[in-house]
Amino acid sequence: MTVVATRSDPPRRKRVFWTMDRRDSLVGYLFIAPQVLGICVFVLLPLALVFWYSLHEWNVLARTFRFTGTENYQRLLSDPGLVKVLGATGIFSVFLVVFNMSLALLLAVLLNQKLRGITIFRTLFFSPVVVSLVAWTIVWSFLLQNNGGLNGILQVFGIEGPNWLRNPTTAMISVVVVQVFKNVGLNMILFLAALQGVPKELYEAARVDGIPAVAQFRRITLPMISPTVLLTSIITIVGSLQVFAQIAVLTKGGPGMSTTVLVYYLYQQAFEFHKFGYGATLSILLFAIVAVLTFVQWQMRKRIVFYEQ
Amino acid sequence: MNRLTPLAVLAMTTALAGAASAQDLRMTIWSANEAHLAVFNEIADSFTADRPDVSVTFESLPFASYTTTLTTQIAGGNPPDLAWILERTAADFVNSGILAPLNETFSNTEGFDYGDMIEKPTELWRRDGELYAVPFSTSPLAIFANTDLIEAAGARTPAALIEAGEWTWENAMATAAKVAEGDKDGIIVRDFNYQTWQNLAAIWRGWDASPWSADGDTCGFADPEMVAAMTFIHGAIFEDGAIPGPGESVDFFAGDAAMSITQISRASLLPKGDDAFAWDLVPLPAGPAGEYSVIGQAAIGVFQDSPNADLAVDFLAHMTNPENSAKLAQFFPPIRQSLLNADTLGATNPLLTPAMIENVVVQGIARGGVLPVHEGYSEIQQLVRAELDALWQPDADVEAVLGAVCRSIQPLL
Repeated sequence: MTVVATRSDPPRRKRVFWTMDRRDSLVGYLFIAPQVLGICVFVLLPLALVFWYSLHEWNVLARTFRFTGTENYQRLLSDPGLVKVLGATGIFSVFLVVFNMSLALLLAVLLNQKLRGITIFRTLFFSPVVVSLVAWTIVWSFLLQNNGGLNGILQVFGIEGPNWLRNPTTAMISVVVVQVFKNVGLNMILFLAALQGVPKELYEAARVDGIPAVAQFRRITLPMISPTVLLTSIITIVGSLQVFAQIAVLTKGGPGMSTTVLVYYLYQQAFEFHKFGYGATLSILLFAIVAVLTFVQWQMRKRIVFYEQ
Repeated sequence: MNRLTPLAVLAMTTALAGAASAQDLRMTIWSANEAHLAVFNEIADSFTADRPDVSVTFESLPFASYTTTLTTQIAGGNPPDLAWILERTAADFVNSGILAPLNETFSNTEGFDYGDMIEKPTELWRRDGELYAVPFSTSPLAIFANTDLIEAAGARTPAALIEAGEWTWENAMATAAKVAEGDKDGIIVRDFNYQTWQNLAAIWRGWDASPWSADGDTCGFADPEMVAAMTFIHGAIFEDGAIPGPGESVDFFAGDAAMSITQISRASLLPKGDDAFAWDLVPLPAGPAGEYSVIGQAAIGVFQDSPNADLAVDFLAHMTNPENSAKLAQFFPPIRQSLLNADTLGATNPLLTPAMIENVVVQGIARGGVLPVHEGYSEIQQLVRAELDALWQPDADVEAVLGAVCRSIQPLL
C-alpha cells in the first residue's frame, strides 16, 4: 500500500485590491484632485508657457513668433531702464514693508484692549481692505492732486503742500502710503489674533518680576507672535512686488521713471509696447526675485521665529 | 522664420470650424454711448436685413485701455473681425500687415463712391497706395470759449480777436491769463494731463514744430521751432498761469475755465439749463508760422486673418457708404466731399452754427494735419512722457529737457 503524502496547501486567500488603505488613499486623492488640477492648469501650465514665451520674440501685430534663445535674458543685463525700475521697486518694497508692518503692529497693540466700542475701531481700520482697490486709488488720486483735498486741508493750517504726484520723492511716498492704508488692516487683524494668543500668565510673571512694559513687549510679545511676523512679512513683501493698480492710476510710473516698479514695467513692455517675449522674461525675473526672497525668509525662520513646544 | 503662435493656431482652427455654420461679425469700439450704439445698430440692421445668417455685434471697450485690450485679444488668438483704431497706433497696425486691403472692394461696391473720399485725411491709413482702414471720424481740434467768463474778466473774446484779425496764440493766452487772475482758470488742453503730450501739437504746430522729421527718422524736439513753442507753453503755465498747472484738475464744461482745446464732438458736454453759459467755437489761433489746423482721427479696419474677413470688408463698405456716413456725421465728421458742407453737417449738429461748421470743421478737415504718429509709437510716447516730466517744473531748462528727449527717443526712430 502506497501512501501518498499529500501536502495540503493552506487555503489561498483571494487578495483584495481595494484594501482599506487604498480606499482611503483614493478618497484622499479625489479630494485633492480639483486643487491639483487647478494648480496644473492655472499655475504650472501658464508658468511653463511664460518661460517658453520668454525664449521668443513675439510681435502680436506682425504675428511673428521667433525663437531667440537667451536673447531676452541677455537684454535684461543691458536694459538701462531696468536698473531704474529695480531701484524704484526696491525703494517701494522696503518702505512699504517697514511702514506697513510697524503701523499694523502698533494698531494691533492699541486695539488689543478691552474697551467699550473697541470693535468699531477694529472695523474702521480693517474696512479699507474690503474696498475696491481701483476705487480706493481713484479717490486718493483726487485727494493728492495739487488743488486736491489734502493740500486744501494743509492750506487751512497755512501750509502750502507739495504737488504730491509730480515730484519723484513725494510721488513715491504717496503710492507707498496709499498702499499701506489700503492693506494695513489685514496685517493688523493677523497681529491682533496673535497677540490675543499670548498667554496672560507670562505678562503676570513678568510684572511680578518688575519687568518694564517695553521689555515685556521685546521679551514676551515679539517672540510669541514671531510666527505671525514671519507670515505677514512674506505676504507683505510678495504683495509689494506685485503692486500695479496704484501705479497705473496714480502716477503711470512717473514722474520720469521714479515710480515705475517691475510689474508696471513688464505690463508696459508686453501690453503697451507689444513686446510679449521681453515682458515674459521680466515675469520670470519677478518670479525669481519673489522665490528667492521667500526662500531666504523661510530659512531665517529658525533664527528669528520662536515656536512654542 | 515667422510662425504663428500655438494659441493663434488653436483659435483659428476653432474659428474656422465655427465659420461654416454662422457668420457673426464682432467689432470693437471705444464708445459705450447709447446714441452712438443706436446708429451703429441701425446701420448693422440694414446690412443684415437681406443676410439672415449674418449678425453684427459691437463690443465696447474702455478708451483708456482700448489698444491694450485689443492687442491682448489678438495675442490670445481671439481678435475681432473689425476694430476702431486710434491714429496714434495707425502706423503699427497698417505696417504690420494684420489689416485686410480695402481698395478692390471699395472700388467695386456699387454706390460706395470711393472717389468722394478726400485723399489727404486717408494718408495715414495707406501703405503703397492701398487703403487698410477707413477714417470714419476726422475731427478738427478747435477752441471752445466760455464767453460769459471772458467778458466778466474784461478780456477780449476770441470772436473779437478774430474780427480784428488778431487771433494769435499770444493774444489767446493773454485772454486766458486775464481770466485766470480771478478764481477761474484760463485755457485747458483737454486730455493732456501732463501725460498725453502729443495733444500739445494743437499749439506747437503754430510754430511749425514737429516731434520728428517727415520721414520719421530724426528727432525734432530739440529743433528751434519746438524749443520756441515749448518755451511759450512753459511760460503760459508757470509765468502767466494761463494753463492750469500739473496735478490740477479743471473742467471747462463745468464752467471752470475760459477756453478748452478739444474736438467738436465734445459739444455734447456743454451744460444746459441753470448751468448753461454763453459759448463760442473757434478755430485754433495762428502761431508765428501762420494759420494751421490739427485733426484727430479714428479709423475702422478689418483683420485679414478673420474667417469672416471678406464679409467684414463688405460690412465696412456698407457702414461708410455715403448714406451711412451721413448718419454717422452727427457724431463723427466724415471725409466725404459730398457731406462736408454746412447744410449736411448743420442738419446733424444743431448745436453748431453754419459759420462754426464752415470755419472749424470744413476748413479744418481740408487743411488739417493729423496728430503725431510713428511706428512703435507706444514706446516712444512713454519715453517722451518720462523725459518731459522734467519740463513741467517752474524752473525747468526747456532746451536741456528737449535735448534729453531726443537722446532718449532717437534710437527708436
